[in-house]
Amino acid sequence: MVESLGDRVQRRMRGWTESMAGEDLAARLAAVGRTKSEYGVDPFGFSLDYTLAAIAPLVWLYKHYFRVETHGVEHVPPGRVLLVSNHSGQLPFDAAMIGLALLLEGNPPRTIRSMVEKWVPSLPFVSTFMARVGQIVGTPENCRRLLEGGEPILVFPEGIRGISKLWSQRYQLQEFGLGFMRLALETDTPIVPVGVVGAEEQAPALFHLKPVARLVGFPVFPVTVTGLPLPLPAKYRLYFGEPMRFTGRPDDEDSELDGKVQKVKRAIQGLLERGLSERKGVFR
Amino acid sequence: MTQQRREEERAAVVVTGISGNLGRVLAKQLHTSERIIGLDRRPFVGRPKDVEMYQLDLRKKKAEDVFRRNKVKAVIHMGIMHDPRMSEEEHHSFNVLGTSRILEACAKYGVPKLVVLSSANVYGPSPDNSNFLTEDAPLMAASRFSNMRDLIEVDMLAQGFFWKQPSVHTVILRPVHIVGPTIKNAPSNYLRLPRPWVVAGFDPMVQLIHVEDAARAMIQALRPGPKGVYNVVGPGEVPLSAILRELQRKPVHVPNVVARPLLRTLFRYRLAGFPPPELDHLQFVCAVDGSRWEKEVGWTPAYSMREAIRSVESEEGPPAFRQRA
Repeated sequence: MVESLGDRVQRRMRGWTESMAGEDLAARLAAVGRTKSEYGVDPFGFSLDYTLAAIAPLVWLYKHYFRVETHGVEHVPPGRVLLVSNHSGQLPFDAAMIGLALLLEGNPPRTIRSMVEKWVPSLPFVSTFMARVGQIVGTPENCRRLLEGGEPILVFPEGIRGISKLWSQRYQLQEFGLGFMRLALETDTPIVPVGVVGAEEQAPALFHLKPVARLVGFPVFPVTVTGLPLPLPAKYRLYFGEPMRFTGRPDDEDSELDGKVQKVKRAIQGLLERGLSERKGVFR
Repeated sequence: MTQQRREEERAAVVVTGISGNLGRVLAKQLHTSERIIGLDRRPFVGRPKDVEMYQLDLRKKKAEDVFRRNKVKAVIHMGIMHDPRMSEEEHHSFNVLGTSRILEACAKYGVPKLVVLSSANVYGPSPDNSNFLTEDAPLMAASRFSNMRDLIEVDMLAQGFFWKQPSVHTVILRPVHIVGPTIKNAPSNYLRLPRPWVVAGFDPMVQLIHVEDAARAMIQALRPGPKGVYNVVGPGEVPLSAILRELQRKPVHVPNVVARPLLRTLFRYRLAGFPPPELDHLQFVCAVDGSRWEKEVGWTPAYSMREAIRSVESEEGPPAFRQRA
């Protein structure tokens, strides 16, 4: 009975997604194709049926709450690509919005993978949701495997340092990890810098409660003005930059790699500055 | 008389643990093409007439006599015990000492080929696992489930032997969860429960291999080519929920915080057959990349995912083995 209820909910949700995104979405996606088993999932656990149902609330957020505006989606090349973005907002709505931008506005639509923190698979419900919508634990092996399979991958080199930024640190890029650059060099993958404007203001965090974070086993526990890390209706602007290609040895010295990483970081900073100068306010 | 003598001169494949459910399937596949000598403490029920059987303990001297008296061209070592109720000491001694004796015999009597059955479970389910573990991933299973130490040690012993004795072509196979009509390991038993537990909010990808395919993989490992460690994958991977749905089970969703203490108590009072660390398999992935094996021996499983899943239910015995052309 629970299952039939689940099926009904899933159909209803999918209908909602289609009413907002247009019914041709499923057909356009099917044409893109991705290998799946007779049980409707790909080897990593992604399910298109589940995704089209589960993203309905996110599509609503995309269209009506964050009112996402995209610039330069056409820069994303076909085949394997690393999308490298700034990360902010306490909860990863920025990842969801970038994913939806490529799904709803990409031509052809792309279903991107993003690399999630290693503690995500230990969270009930969240772990299943993430796997079904195509999110993967961020190990280098996973990333390499997906790139070799020609998939677009979203990475946030700032990681937790970025998403948990305090209000005073908004639009200041934190230290970038080097892992994505090693992978890009190893697999000869183009990098598309992405600047997300708006997410940085969605949940202004005042300070972190370290003892609470330790207690509940979270990496951080931010306290925001609203008390909860729920987002305010900031207007999102997504800027996709020109693809960048790098050559060199993936096992080079960190200092050598860091030079390349700084170029990507500067490109993202440039996109952010452009976005900030173009907008009239946080909410419009 | 002369015919019997000729039989004794024909080089044999020694199979340890032959009386187990997997061993019997393997014997039935192999006995028509090879001379088999089975070693096991348990009697071989339904033994084909041409399988020679010695009921003995691998740790005893008599096991070595088999190698002295016969020309052995290969050993398939499956004589590994997994019984969560057995005392750890006996378990460890049987598995580790038994394996060492077999390795020693292979070196001493110049056996050219050794196939050791390990398991993909040696990697251990964990939230930070990559979705597909390759053969060089660390064997972490014992960090959360101490009963796995034996199996890891057997795997490591065989790996050490692979390096120390290059004259013996050693193959270590790490197949994913083996399921089948006669199989009574934890995954098969779990899938037979009418109301299996699942951990609420978790639905990991699971890999299964049909017992006939697992046996066939071990036979393929006897070929001259393969050497070293191989993950062996069946028809792919599916979410646990899809397997339970296929079998029309009614899972009980138990929250993680309750599941572990409850199962510990039930296991202690023998009301449940699964030790609590097995819950990790219901929460986290422990899936492997079998491409090395696929490439080197041209491996394709004969049983589809649906057939593998449903195989736990068929009581009438294994379906006729299907040979691939």
